[in-house]
Amino acid sequence: MVRRILPLVAGLLWASSAFAADVTLLNVSYDPTRELYADFNKAFAAAYQKETGKSIEIKQSHGGSGSQARAVIDGLQADVVTLALAYDIDAIAAKGLTAPDWQKRLPLNASPYTSTIVFLVRKGNPKGIKDWDDLIKPGVNVITPNPKTSGGARWNYLAAWGYAEKKLGSPDKARKFVGDLFKNVPVLDTGARGSTVTFVERGVGDVLLAWENEAFLAQREFGKDKFEIVAPPLSILAEPPIAIVDKVADKKGTQAVAEAYLKYWYTKEGQEIAARNSYRPRDAEIAKEYEKSFAKVELFTIDDVFGGWAKAQKEHFGEGGIFDQIYKN
Amino acid sequence: MSLQSSLVPPVTELRAYAPTADLAVSPLSSRRERAHPQAGTAPDNLRTEPGPVRFIIIALAITFLSVFVVLPLVVVFASAFSKGIGAYVAALAEPEAMAAIRLTLLVAAISVSLNLVFGVIAAWAIAKFDFAGKTFLITLIDLPFSVSPVISGLVFVLLFGAQGYFGTWLQAHDIHILFAVPGIALATIFVTFPFVARALIPLMQEQGTQEEEAAISLGASGLQTFFRVTLPNIKWGLLYGVLLCNARAMGEFGAVSVVSGHIRGETNTMPLLVEILYNEYQFVASFAIASLLAMLALITLVVKTVLERRLDEGQEPKD
Amino acid sequence: MSTAVARRSTLPGFGLTMGLTLTWLSIIILLPLAGLFLKTFELSLDQFWGIVTSRRTLNALKISFGLSFLAALVNLVMGTIIVWALVRYRFPGRRLFDAIVDIPFALPTAVAGVALTQLFAQKGWLGAPLAELGIKVAFTPIGIFIAMVFIGIPFVVRTVQPVLLDLDVEIEEAAASLGANRWHTVFRVILPSLIPALLTGFALAFARAVGEYGSVIFIAGNLPNVSEIAPLLIVIRLSEFRYADATAIAVVMLLASFLIIFAVNRLQRWAQTRIPAH
Repeated sequence: MVRRILPLVAGLLWASSAFAADVTLLNVSYDPTRELYADFNKAFAAAYQKETGKSIEIKQSHGGSGSQARAVIDGLQADVVTLALAYDIDAIAAKGLTAPDWQKRLPLNASPYTSTIVFLVRKGNPKGIKDWDDLIKPGVNVITPNPKTSGGARWNYLAAWGYAEKKLGSPDKARKFVGDLFKNVPVLDTGARGSTVTFVERGVGDVLLAWENEAFLAQREFGKDKFEIVAPPLSILAEPPIAIVDKVADKKGTQAVAEAYLKYWYTKEGQEIAARNSYRPRDAEIAKEYEKSFAKVELFTIDDVFGGWAKAQKEHFGEGGIFDQIYKN
Repeated sequence: MSLQSSLVPPVTELRAYAPTADLAVSPLSSRRERAHPQAGTAPDNLRTEPGPVRFIIIALAITFLSVFVVLPLVVVFASAFSKGIGAYVAALAEPEAMAAIRLTLLVAAISVSLNLVFGVIAAWAIAKFDFAGKTFLITLIDLPFSVSPVISGLVFVLLFGAQGYFGTWLQAHDIHILFAVPGIALATIFVTFPFVARALIPLMQEQGTQEEEAAISLGASGLQTFFRVTLPNIKWGLLYGVLLCNARAMGEFGAVSVVSGHIRGETNTMPLLVEILYNEYQFVASFAIASLLAMLALITLVVKTVLERRLDEGQEPKD
Repeated sequence: MSTAVARRSTLPGFGLTMGLTLTWLSIIILLPLAGLFLKTFELSLDQFWGIVTSRRTLNALKISFGLSFLAALVNLVMGTIIVWALVRYRFPGRRLFDAIVDIPFALPTAVAGVALTQLFAQKGWLGAPLAELGIKVAFTPIGIFIAMVFIGIPFVVRTVQPVLLDLDVEIEEAAASLGANRWHTVFRVILPSLIPALLTGFALAFARAVGEYGSVIFIAGNLPNVSEIAPLLIVIRLSEFRYADATAIAVVMLLASFLIIFAVNRLQRWAQTRIPAH
């Protein structure tokens, strides 16, 4: 058995070594960015080759934002991380893998593209879901991933909370609202992608709380005749941040390439790629060009309502935090 | 205490699969036939169940196996070919799929060969000699069978992770274990640890030491004795252990998932790729990889059946 | 172990092979498991107790152990029926079905997971008709239970099969010729001698189901306190950077595995003293 397998393995492995590039980067990212970075990496590799004459290969790893940060902390050799929320990169910084002021080293809070949270409903919107308060009606099944493990789910949760606090006027009422919302959740997947598959492919639930880009992607993959996107009038501005993992990049000598890679996001080409993949671009010109692709939504930021990620994380998602209490009752 | 004479297959899960469950009792050759209820003198209604009862039992068995075991397998192949053979082949020809297949083969080759060597050595020590604490030692070898795969991965994170016990040292020396082939191989070795040893121990106990002792007294060296006398006697059992070890090594999910890092085209094994593609709406591709693994399972079963027959035959002359 | 002495055999190589065995065992099994225990010693007893008795952990353990127990019970009953059919009756396809029993063991768990989910999802071949009856399987505890039944079935069958095959037909014959009716023979003569094997098969199926991850997570709804299994909670705790919680739960599960192995060992001995060896 082994004798027969070994030459085969050797042959296959040899065949693969032909693709070695001059420079290799590892980008550790979160779930819904697979298509985005497939696109972006290709464009950057071409630009990089044109400018330096060197070939570059960018390896990707995708997973739940928290799990991915955990892997980097445990030693996954990521040159750059592009995660769902600042808190996860803060956790990496807390272990000394990147500078504590990482968010100031790149423009715009180190978030070159943004997104928001929208609703994906089945064709014809049979439950008539228009706004956040439709989600807590009895008999409406809401699909969202677990905020403990998924970055997207934390944005979902905070968007709902922000809406309630603004509309109903008090944190206590917001808490009841979010509690009622989670009573309507039949499945809690570990990642945003898992939830989308549950809703789209397995046919569970009436409405999926999703990243805007994720909702568009699902619609593209499965057809507009099956799903509709409902943008609530009010939602959260989700800022997925990016950063260099200094400790790894310094050791591998990739600091300069990594920086060029991340800064490519702030070029017109980079912004265009974001817009094409249904992420909201920051660049005014590109934003104007793609204006029609995105619904007009009034967006509040996490700093407005929650006083920043660290605070929100501790109060809502920490041990014994509000989310834990919701699931205790 | 020897396990040799036990009627009930001992401890491990493997025992449930190992030929040893059969080999623990001899003679074997006529066992299947012996099961025929035809022989005997008592009237029929006392020897077997009434017709309707028999029918119900057979129907229950067939229905249960068909619904719970066969149908999931059919679903895999049906989904894999749902968009035609072209889509199926294209899915497997993807560089990422090829990389996963390569990695899976590599990891299986590493872990199976290491466990093969260990299994033979351990079986020699345990089966051919008597010593205090033997049962305890066997229990330790069995342990990975009952440990959750997730825990099997976790322990290596605790040891070799950057925050783990050896993390600082490994980083200082630039050695990568976690999120690279060594970590995946280690986790796989852990979960497949008992297979070969557990297939061999009862078999070698059954065969005793007389032939080896004779060879030694005729002047053969230890190694000569092993290769000329012992190995030919255990070869089918050894293959059997390797086969099961390989099936588990290629199919391991939980343990590998914890230590892989999920780097595309690099540290994703086939079972991990099944999950990833599934999450990327590439259901055909996902089930295509799954169908390869299912094929592996089917081949394993066929070879296993053949080997079991060989093992049964191998026993015959000894009666 | 260091005082181990080769007594029976004059064969060479005991020292060498035993040395290598212990070394390899220590590196692969003992060291990692020791690391796990060491990690939990960083917690105070109160902290450890707090983690394992928190509502979420207790519920996850309850779900894992409770559903595994139920699944093993179903396996016990169905396994016995399957063994009986395979060993005692002749029917077309018997050998094929005999081989099929091992599929859950040979099929990688991730494949089993996606396949069962596909099958039992609301649009699935079995999920759709069940949904019409108002029964939801996928993403509910029933789904977890189904996955556990799937992976556990070979354990009961393959443990009981050799024993039933080997059961002395003469005893049955004797019982029959003494005029015992068939039910009497089955329940008073045959089943009692199968009990050790049945219990062993039950324990093995139970142990496997408790630790199962791959096939369960796809089909489970993964709702905290409802359909979240203990191994998944370990993974979740890890991704929340809560290593202490992850290890504490792992230690509890590991101790449970020790206990099950120990129980199986005792069963073995019991079986050996009950039935005289050949």
